[in-house]
Amino acid sequence: MSTDVNIPKALSGTGSWLDDRFHGARGLRVFMRKVFPDHWSFMLGEIALWSFVILLLTGTFLSLFFVPSMNEVVYHGSYIKLDGIRMSEAYQSTLNISFDVRGGLLMRQIHHWAADLFMAALTIHMLRVFFTGAYRKPREVNWLIGIVLFTLGLLEGLFGYSLPDDQLSGAGLRIFEGALQGIPIVGTYLAFFLFGGPFPGTSIVPRMYIIHVLLIPGLILALITAHLFIMVHQKHTQMPAKGNTERNVTGQPFFPYFMAKGGAWFFFIFGALAFLATFAQINPVWLYGPYTPVAISSASQPDFYMGILEGALRMMPAWEYSRLGHTLSLGVLIPFALPLTIILGGATFWPFFEQWATGDKSWHNINDRPRNAPVRTGVGMAAVVFYGVLWAEGANDVIADKLQVPLYTITWIARILVFVGPAVAFIATRRICLGLQRKDRDLLEHGLETGIIRQMPNGEFIEVERPVSEESRAVLEAKKAPALLPAPGAEDENGVPSPASRGAMGWARGVANRAFAETIVAGNGHGNGHGPNGHEADGHADGHEAAAVGAGEGSGSGHEIGSGSSEGSGGATALPPGAEDES
Amino acid sequence: MSEMDETLGVSGGFEDAGDPEVLEGPGGSVESAGRHRVIGTPPPTPRLLGGSAEPGSSLVPAQGSPVEGGGHGEERMSGESDYPSHARNAERLVVFFFLLAFFAGCGFIAAYIGLGVFSVDKVFRSNLALGLSLSVTLFSLGMGALIWVRHLMPDYEMVEERHDLRSTNAERAAFQEYFKEGTAASQFVRRPMVRRTLMLATLPLALAPVVLLRDAGPLPGTSLRHTVWSRGRRLLVYGTNQPISPAEFSAPGGMITIVPDGYQDDPDALAKAAVIIIKFRPGELNIPTRYAGNTLIGTPNWTIDNIVAYSKICTHVGCPVALYEQTTHHILCPCHQSTFDATTGATVIFGPAPRPLPQLPLALDSSGYLVAASDFTQPVGPSFWERG
Amino acid sequence: MSWIKARRRRPVAGYAALLLGLVMVTVLYGAVAGTGGGGAQAQSPSSQSDIAAGETLFNFNCSSCHGFGGVGHAGVAPSLIGAGAAAVDFQMSTGRMPAKEVGAENERKPTTFTQQQIYEIADYVQSLGGGPTIPDAQQVSTAGADTALGEELFSANCAQCHNAGLSGGALTYGKDAPPLTQATATQIYEAMLTGPEAMPVFGDGAISPQAKRDIIAYVLETRSETSPGGLTLGRMGPVTEGLVIFLGGMGFLVLIAMWITAKRREPWDAAGSLPGSGSGSGSGSVSVDALDAPGDAWTEH
Repeated sequence: MSTDVNIPKALSGTGSWLDDRFHGARGLRVFMRKVFPDHWSFMLGEIALWSFVILLLTGTFLSLFFVPSMNEVVYHGSYIKLDGIRMSEAYQSTLNISFDVRGGLLMRQIHHWAADLFMAALTIHMLRVFFTGAYRKPREVNWLIGIVLFTLGLLEGLFGYSLPDDQLSGAGLRIFEGALQGIPIVGTYLAFFLFGGPFPGTSIVPRMYIIHVLLIPGLILALITAHLFIMVHQKHTQMPAKGNTERNVTGQPFFPYFMAKGGAWFFFIFGALAFLATFAQINPVWLYGPYTPVAISSASQPDFYMGILEGALRMMPAWEYSRLGHTLSLGVLIPFALPLTIILGGATFWPFFEQWATGDKSWHNINDRPRNAPVRTGVGMAAVVFYGVLWAEGANDVIADKLQVPLYTITWIARILVFVGPAVAFIATRRICLGLQRKDRDLLEHGLETGIIRQMPNGEFIEVERPVSEESRAVLEAKKAPALLPAPGAEDENGVPSPASRGAMGWARGVANRAFAETIVAGNGHGNGHGPNGHEADGHADGHEAAAVGAGEGSGSGHEIGSGSSEGSGGATALPPGAEDES
Repeated sequence: MSEMDETLGVSGGFEDAGDPEVLEGPGGSVESAGRHRVIGTPPPTPRLLGGSAEPGSSLVPAQGSPVEGGGHGEERMSGESDYPSHARNAERLVVFFFLLAFFAGCGFIAAYIGLGVFSVDKVFRSNLALGLSLSVTLFSLGMGALIWVRHLMPDYEMVEERHDLRSTNAERAAFQEYFKEGTAASQFVRRPMVRRTLMLATLPLALAPVVLLRDAGPLPGTSLRHTVWSRGRRLLVYGTNQPISPAEFSAPGGMITIVPDGYQDDPDALAKAAVIIIKFRPGELNIPTRYAGNTLIGTPNWTIDNIVAYSKICTHVGCPVALYEQTTHHILCPCHQSTFDATTGATVIFGPAPRPLPQLPLALDSSGYLVAASDFTQPVGPSFWERG
Repeated sequence: MSWIKARRRRPVAGYAALLLGLVMVTVLYGAVAGTGGGGAQAQSPSSQSDIAAGETLFNFNCSSCHGFGGVGHAGVAPSLIGAGAAAVDFQMSTGRMPAKEVGAENERKPTTFTQQQIYEIADYVQSLGGGPTIPDAQQVSTAGADTALGEELFSANCAQCHNAGLSGGALTYGKDAPPLTQATATQIYEAMLTGPEAMPVFGDGAISPQAKRDIIAYVLETRSETSPGGLTLGRMGPVTEGLVIFLGGMGFLVLIAMWITAKRREPWDAAGSLPGSGSGSGSGSVSVDALDAPGDAWTEH
């Protein structure tokens, strides 16, 4: 209890000076006491945050040496293998950074690895938020900001690795221009305006440079600030646990705990990136050579986060139609537009679709366990498989070469899998979720097996079961009963069908609602849980577990798991279930 | 119940088995090290430190998770570590890591000063030294900080209440009230002409940024329909920039990349004019005579001595299509695996390319070198809306 | 109880065991996996030719597919009349010939012939119908070569199959262009000259002997130069980089995140807790065995 810390005069003096001008004491104290819940999956977004900081730092260093110009020069630098070659100043300055500036190659590699890590972390973070339902009210806006950040990150990375004007990234720009050119009506104009003329021109690198170092980082910085501010203002979600309710946050305060952990995390991330930059070479532009539209290398892929576009382009059949002097190239247009629209558009609309389908308008501050939302998890996995098939197809020539599979075979497999895979993934995942829910129910009802056999006085052998601990019980019981909307055309007590359930949209809503509402109910705990209510129910039968639509808190009061009187199952729990919901 | 139950902690004895998991009532406090369950007294009035109570911030810490110390109704963070002897060891470890970070950091500066670059091997050494010292510095800082927070700081958990995000009805009403007041004062609603002309006035300004982009590039015009190839322009081998004659290009199964004479260093021209020539044995070529509308786009007459010239720019999205397989006569584009059959006029066999590679008409000049007989008779490269 | 045994149930024990297993497998694999056997050393062709000896060798080893007199056998093996000594030297010194089966794409493998025998067979085949001859040491010498021109020629004519980083690439129908990490200067020259299998022919009229030397110099320089940035990751570009960042980077960081946020456990050296705080480590009550481990083990967050 000793707080005998002497604050140095300099610190307290400065603090007072600032406080005189900014009324900071109370606000700062409130912020220092802010509680941040502790779960490893909550740190994924921070990976992206710290990676971005590292990108800014290393990027500033690089910008001191990089020359964003496509003027042709003859190389006479330290990389003597290319001495005498004509190349752009951009490429030359990149070789200069790599070979003539101390620490230059290290900074370049940290920068590129950090960009990859930023996108990888964003992907995993997005998936975490999706699978735990953390995008639900009140966090939809933050979810949308996140999607915009992801898109901006894609563009930022694309332009960033295209800046050195090397053979590999130049091929990517050529593909980008070719696809742009194919857009109906405006395509050729867009391409010529962006590139300042025919490909490659001399404008694209300087333009990409200013977009890459000023415009997009500015937007990203602003959006990250908004994203974090919203998160702090609304407070982070937390995982279901004992003591966690919809109305509180449990964890450690910002000062000094979370601050220290965040600092440690920053150093670990930076350290991991420095380690990669030391031992794993990335983007060796000197091997690719300066860009010329005449040459290309095998295994030409963009960075991984563009892989899904590359795979879509490789997979697509050659569908093109020419009529009346105009050509529509679906073989280029569909891959260019459709996969990202499906993924990003789907992500954008999902929170609102889920709200519409479930009718759930309550606030959600406790995360869902993925198994407790089978349809959401299934759709998420379907999206992951869709993304993954396209991504793998983008590497098809590398797979063909290294794994000795014929090239066209891989493409055909991908063409089929891109449709079949997500369907199978959805079905399988949903089934697995429901199975896990059954397992949870069994754990609640039967407890844990101890492996100890006892003989009862009447000669019967039973296995002694230990009920789950309180913490586990809180987690297992955190499942909320999904709301059930009235069936399409169902009439209320006055014989009037609900207006929302009429028509095609109403029917669709009903179908969606029933899919979302399917869940495994916990049994009533009669006897040893093998009573008639121990079977799974779909959303229709048991009215007791359907919480009222639009309930304010949505606390799962529908779990009647035999209020403590579980006879015969080694009776421990004295605490009635659901108590943790009370604040 | 037998002693076995006690061992297992069944029926309430569980808590006595040294597992200090405590049960709490709402805001309950626990007296001792978890052996008794006390449900009851409401928490003491939260001690407020300087200032009025902040809404929504409770000062009552949660009862600590079972195994750690702290949380016996204390409301403040302890200034001492939980386990002093362990903390001493942890402190040594933290000090070690921070010292390691210091020395590695010094090593980084020394490596920067001492190791030069300007050759591949030197860069390898410098990168290794700088990177390794940097990694060690950063990891050590991270480890030190982590051990500090996990093993030196006392374990402490807090519960903070979430305040309602939704404003109260009174707040909403007050807002609406003021908004209406302000809107009325501004006369925005009462004077429709003001409102409408305001929107009208800002419209051109909103369009101005789009308009200002017009000079970002020239209009495409017909430039996509032509390349720099023309009648009599020599074919040069890319790189060596030497002209080539059929006598020199006589080995069957040969392929080479070609650029137009006069434009060998012009990337804009090369992006459409790059060509590959392939030499076949007699009888292998089977190029049909093809038309696009009224335009002749392929014919055996455009070959010289079984040498055929195709555009190297893929008709899919423009990559150089360059993999030539001598045994199958396939030209494979490495970007998206469009495959063309070189013996039949580069017809598409597989992949997303919509059209065959355009064929360049060949001729011989007076010196016997290969020249173009004319430009390509169709646009090369990726499709575009106005292509036809 | 030994130090290890006392800690066997810590969460970190699982990770340590896994790490140990991975390290052991790696070490064992590295010990037993050999590097690929090189082909026969390329030397200057011997001035003495023994066409008769070559014919004998040819009849014993090659005629079963290529026929007597090298006339070829439709659907099995091509005619060697006009193929030239260079083709023979390339195919045999890289071990591709004798082919292990008809029709398969032939890969580099250790050869069972000595270089002298290869020269003899080459001379015999050359006598059948002429063709490109084996380049001598001067012809493949890279002294004074222009690697810049080599880079331009290589990237325009070779990189699309063999990869800018020389790691090879995929062709159609299961064929692939091999990596250029083992070919000698002579073999590279011969391959360009004779166009083995699916590779096109780069005759001296298209790529002059000097230009060939420039390309060879470029290839030799590229594969021998140190990778200044660290491990090459296969020189296959962004595919392997993406794998590394997900599996290596994100995987490592997720493990660290789990460590940062792990619940605190009672430390092993927690002798003497503060009075009034601390859990009273194991407070002398009923000794708990594994069954009574805290329920966290069952918690699935």
